This record gives sequence, structure tokens and C-alpha cells, in this order.
Amino acid sequence: MATEILMPALSPTMEEGTLAKWLVKEGDEVSSGDILAEIETDKATMEFEAVDEGIVGKILIDEGTEGVKVNTPIAVLVEEGESADDVEVSEAPAEPAGGDDDDAGESAPAKAAEPASSVPASAALEPDWPEGTELKTQTVREALRDAMAEEMRRDPNVFVMGEEVAEYEGAYKITQGLLDEFGAKRVIDTPITEHGFAGLGVGAAFGGLKPIVEFMTFNFAMQAMDQIINSAAKTLYMSGGQMGCPMVFRGPNGAAARVAAQHSQDYAAWYAHIPGLRVVQPFSASDYKGLLKSAVRDPNPVIFLENEILYGKSFDVPDLEDFTVPFGKARIWKEGKDVTIVSFGIGMTYALEAAEKLAEEGIEAEVVDLRTLRPLDYGTVIESVKKTNRVVTVEEGFPVASIGNHLSAYIMENAFDYLDAPVINCTGKDVPMPYAANLEKHALVTTDEVIAAVKTVTYR
Amino acid sequence: MAARKSAAKPNVSPEELKQYYRDMLLIRRFEEKAGQLYGMGLIGGFCHLYIGQEAVVVGLEAAADEGDKRVTSYRDHGHMLACGMDPDGVMAELTGREGGYSKGKGGSMHMFSREKHFYGGHGIVGAQVPIGAGLAFADKYLENDRVTFTYFGDGAANQGQVYESFNMASIWSLPVVFVIENNQYAMGTSQKRSTSGQDIYERGAPFGIPGELVDGMDVLKVKEAGEKAIAHCRAGKGPYILEIKTYRYRGHSMSDPAKYRTREEVQKMREERDPIENIRTMLLDGKHASEDDLKSIDKEIKDIVNKSADFARESPEPDLDQLWTDIYASELPQGDAVDS
Repeated sequence: MATEILMPALSPTMEEGTLAKWLVKEGDEVSSGDILAEIETDKATMEFEAVDEGIVGKILIDEGTEGVKVNTPIAVLVEEGESADDVEVSEAPAEPAGGDDDDAGESAPAKAAEPASSVPASAALEPDWPEGTELKTQTVREALRDAMAEEMRRDPNVFVMGEEVAEYEGAYKITQGLLDEFGAKRVIDTPITEHGFAGLGVGAAFGGLKPIVEFMTFNFAMQAMDQIINSAAKTLYMSGGQMGCPMVFRGPNGAAARVAAQHSQDYAAWYAHIPGLRVVQPFSASDYKGLLKSAVRDPNPVIFLENEILYGKSFDVPDLEDFTVPFGKARIWKEGKDVTIVSFGIGMTYALEAAEKLAEEGIEAEVVDLRTLRPLDYGTVIESVKKTNRVVTVEEGFPVASIGNHLSAYIMENAFDYLDAPVINCTGKDVPMPYAANLEKHALVTTDEVIAAVKTVTYR
Repeated sequence: MAARKSAAKPNVSPEELKQYYRDMLLIRRFEEKAGQLYGMGLIGGFCHLYIGQEAVVVGLEAAADEGDKRVTSYRDHGHMLACGMDPDGVMAELTGREGGYSKGKGGSMHMFSREKHFYGGHGIVGAQVPIGAGLAFADKYLENDRVTFTYFGDGAANQGQVYESFNMASIWSLPVVFVIENNQYAMGTSQKRSTSGQDIYERGAPFGIPGELVDGMDVLKVKEAGEKAIAHCRAGKGPYILEIKTYRYRGHSMSDPAKYRTREEVQKMREERDPIENIRTMLLDGKHASEDDLKSIDKEIKDIVNKSADFARESPEPDLDQLWTDIYASELPQGDAVDS
């Protein structure tokens, strides 16, 4: 009985990978545990082991092939006496578990993230770079790495610390190459001790350094919350302006894919609540780069909220020697007259996808990316409301005391007479994140919900 | 009386002895005055007095060099006075006035001085410990030979972040002296009831951090231990732990009636082990100072403290505009990295 060997998923967010190298050839006998191939994900090169015993009957995907979708047959194992030629190989990749939920529409986080890479940078009405600037395509991951490397070259007192940032090159490969370039003094692997190294970073900032503290995810930063809030955010005020805390706390925030309740929370609203913190949650690679560089230079503690699903997405990034994006300036991705959709971070994927679909139905949405939540560009939001008279906010976080709630109140207080409909907040659901694929899709905000909200506020 | 006996042959000059007497007395009188102002309603909120523990900071400051750093908890008035911060600015902060170190925005628990390398004044028990390790990290990174004194109490010694800090300080060989001011009560809970294994200084051993127990009622012994610890750190040998046994005469804070211990216990400490009386006797017995000399020091201290109280009363409350300042910095603070 022949067995197909399928392209494995080697991380929660992996959708495809490169078959870097075959370590077996046709005719080889393999038993379970033997290493068959090396597979490159967007984060690492992994060895792929055999599960079944048999003879490698046929290799279906040549080594060096990029973009091999998860679950694509890559080889066939046969039993003794069997010929691989007799085996009928399935063509399409097998459906992933839970992925066949028809009525869920396009709302799976990984799928919803797709439009990100297809949104041209020219959609930004006010680009943050001079006209005629050469653009290059970069992933968010590369943009973050470049931003840190550039700032570390610029200022010898900038250093990076966190779990697995140095020798492992980042749990999500964000700090790739930094140890090689800057050495162990400035790229520091910490023990798993979030409260401790967050506090140590605060002390180092008091002592004159500019720490970039990476949390493997912001879910783990809850262990460090006291140091972030009580020590980092409040000391400048408590010292009457004598002692600030210039540092960056960064790492992935919010849901990735299938990592359940303790690893999926969006902390935007939590940190945005705190005076003394800057809170940044970018969407595009150019914003990740320009805002991280601004964060490192800012004399205040900056919470820099990234998103694991966006790490692998590509965007146009200006090819400039020193490109920064200022805090407190929203970006209008798409102009429209019928409704304002305000979002930030990965919420922008739903906002833009909804806007695209709404345009097909003749509804012109203006899409505003806040980019930073503290400071927040209220002016751009209010100006847009005055034009469209209708607002939908989009975020993945929980609904109670959300960023959308705050914006709604602000808009009500400052532009009530311009509103033609109550503001609707599209958020994640008021439930801990479930593991099951179909439940997870529904727990997050969906593009369909954004579209429905827009239709409600435009009375369509 | 063991302390007094051992100190009878002090390896210090009479001038130094007088200085320690003066420094400890300043803290004692300052704290008594703070207690009095609290009773008058001029100081609000939480106010944790340092009376009884004076020898700890005075001894360690005597061992420190210019540029060494210190960070502590909310029982911080003594540390600030000992490192040379202005009593006027400290007292005016206690009364919440514009002339206070934090312009009245920090209060008793939150004061700082870049000039004197005093990094707070932290209100969350134990939170200053990783911060102290971080200050030491900065010094090591900047390749100077400064040392950070990170003070915490026997109560804080049961916080997890203390051991997270021990671990990091040890693996990175940070120049930090962890000073456990063991005054034997974590607020109202005695060390016996709260702490498994009574020798806290030994808790560094699993991390490879040497530690020792020090008599915190004897300023000379504290100084000697401090010198040893600093030498260890400056030599690049990593962190050091001093558990300094001391005693606070007052309650945990001004609002603590201290029913968890007997009056006799406190009285016995005051009579037999008081660090200021100890030095006073030493000065007189050794004929290093006359009663009149000491009286003139007492008078000098009283004047300083009275002046600080006057300043703290006369300094205006912060302008209402101050509510909205110092939330964000517009430029980088002039830190040690810049000015050294």
C-alpha cells in the first residue's frame, strides 16, 4: 500500500514553504524517524522526518522548489514489490482540518490577510516618502529587522534583549542577522523571565541605554505588566520630569492561528489606556519600519505591537537611507465619500477587503489606518467623519472598552452633529479565543461583519 | 553589647565617626519631623519612616564612591538623605509642594535624583530589584566601574522577580550589591511567619552569588561589609548579597499601630542596640568628642531639619498646569551615558 508524503505545516501560521533539500533519493529504504528532507518555512529551516516505513518510490517535488503549499504530496512511499508508477497521486493539496467550513466565508485570519500583499502602496493618499522615491518589496519581518539594524548602527547605546533573540535569531526570525553584525554585547538572549528582563530593561533605560525588549509574544508581557505600567510608564511623571524611560517593548500581539486563548489576545486597548506610554500598532511594512525607527528614537517607553500573520506579508517600502514615520499621524489608504472605516494593525486587512467589496456594490469607503494609538490622530478621524458622516471601527481585540469604544465616544463628543448614523464597532467576540478552526474564525472580527456594519450605517 | 565592644577599636578616624553620627542623626531627626508633620496633616498618603535603620544606609554610603548608584523601595527618605540629597527638597516632596524633588507629583515613595544617582523610590514591593540589576547592566555595558546598591526588605525577598534578578545578575556578572534590609517584619508579618529558611543571604548561593549576614545596628560593620561587596563587584566578579539585620522602631507606615509585636521588643532594641546611641557612646568613651561637641552637632541637625520643615510648609503647591506636564518627554534625558 503506497503512502503519500505531504508537505508538512511546521508552524501555526505556515501556509507554504520551500523544499530546500532532499536527504533521500528514489529507491532508498526509510524507517520512521529518518530525516527525509529540509524544508524552509518563513521562519526557519526544519528537518522533516519520516513517519512511516517504506521505500521512496517517487519524489514528486524537486528540491529547490519554492512556494510548496502545505499538504501538497511531495513524495510517495511504496512497499517492497510495489511500483510507484502504479500509484495515483492526488493533485490538489488536501484540505486542512477545519478549513472546509463553507459558511465562514473569507474570514479565516490567514485568508483575510491575503489582500494585504495585493494592496498597492500607491493606495496611500499621503505617502510618507517624497515623490519619485524608489520602492522595494519587503516583508514586515525584513522591515523590522532593517529598522533595528539601522538604529543600532546609528546609536551604540541601542541594544536588543529577549528570549531567543540572539543565537536562535528570533522565535519569529525578526532579529535575523543581528547577533552576527552587533555581537553578544548588544543582542542578548535572556532567560525565560519576562517580569525580570522587562524590569532590567527599565533600569538600563534609567541608566542611559536605549533597550529594545522583545517579548516572544505580548501575551507573555502580562508577566511583566507591573514593570511596564508602574515603572516604565509612570516614572517620568513621578520624578517631576527628571527621569524618563526611553525604551521599546516590541513583539507579536493578537491572534496568530490556532494557538488558543492564552496566546491570541490583542492588547491594544490595554496599553492605550495608560498615560506615559506610546502605543504603536502598524499594518504595512513601510509603517513597521518607519515607526519602529521612530520608536527607538522616542524618549518615552513605546509599546510596539506587531502581528505574526503580517510578518510574512510583503509591501512596498521606500528605499531611503533613513526612513522614519512620525507618531500620531494616521494614514488614509483609500479615499471615499460614503463611510469611514477606521482601523489599525491587522484590522486593516478586514477594512481594506471590505472596502474593496463594497466598492463593487457602489459604496465608497474611506479607510483610515490609525498606525499609532497613543498619540492618536483624532484630527484625521474627525475630518473624515465630517465628510462621510458614518463610521465603522475595526479591530481584533475584545469589544468591552475597546479602541472602537473610545473612538465612538470621542466622535460623539466632537462631531455629533456630523453623524448620520450611530458608530458601529466591529471587534473580536467577547469570548476567550477557542482552538477549533471554525470557532476561531468566528471569534475574530470578519470581513463580512465589517461589510454588514457599513451597510447598516449607510442604511443599505 | 557585642556591637559596642567590637566597635571600641574602630578602624576609622574620629572625624569619620562624627560624620556617621551626624548622618544618622539627620535621618532620625528628619523622620521624627516627618512623623510630626504627618500628624499635623501636612503630609498625606503613605509615609514609611526609617527610624532605627539609619546605620544601614549611612554605612553603605560610607563605602560607596562617587558615581555609584542606588535604588530602593518606598521606605526611601533615609537613602536620599544619606546619598546627599537636599533635606529641603525631600521634605517639600513629602508635603506635596513645588519645591519637592518631584515637584510634588511623586510624594514620599517616589523621588529621584540624577545628580546623586538615586533612582527611586519605588512603590511596588520588589519592583526595584530588576531595575537595580538593569542600572548595573547599563554600567557594565558602558564599561565604567560603577556599582549599584539595590535595596529591598525581607518582605520583598519573597517576590519572584528578586530571583529572576539574581539569575540574570549572576549569568551576566552584573556589578550590583543586593542589600536586603531585614527589619524582621514584612508590614505586619514577621519573618518567621512569612519566610521559609531564615537566612535570606543564603538564597543567592544556588545562583552562585556570595552573601553574608551583617549587623545592621552597627554602622562600622555595615561599612566594612559594604566595602567588601563593592570591591567584589568592581573587580568584575558579579553580584553580591548583603543581608543586613536591622529594626524599624515605628510601624510599617504612619497608619500602622504595630500590634504584631510587643512594646517590650521595640523598647529592648532601642535601649540595647540603637545605632546612633552606639556611635555616641563610642565617641564619648574614646574621647573623640565631648558632650558639648555632640550637642553642637545635635543643634546643627535640628536647624537643618527645622529649615526643611519650614521650606516644606512655605513652598507653594504645584501650579495646576503641572497636572499636565512630565507625562511624555520631548527629548532624551541627560543620563549617565551622556554626561560621563
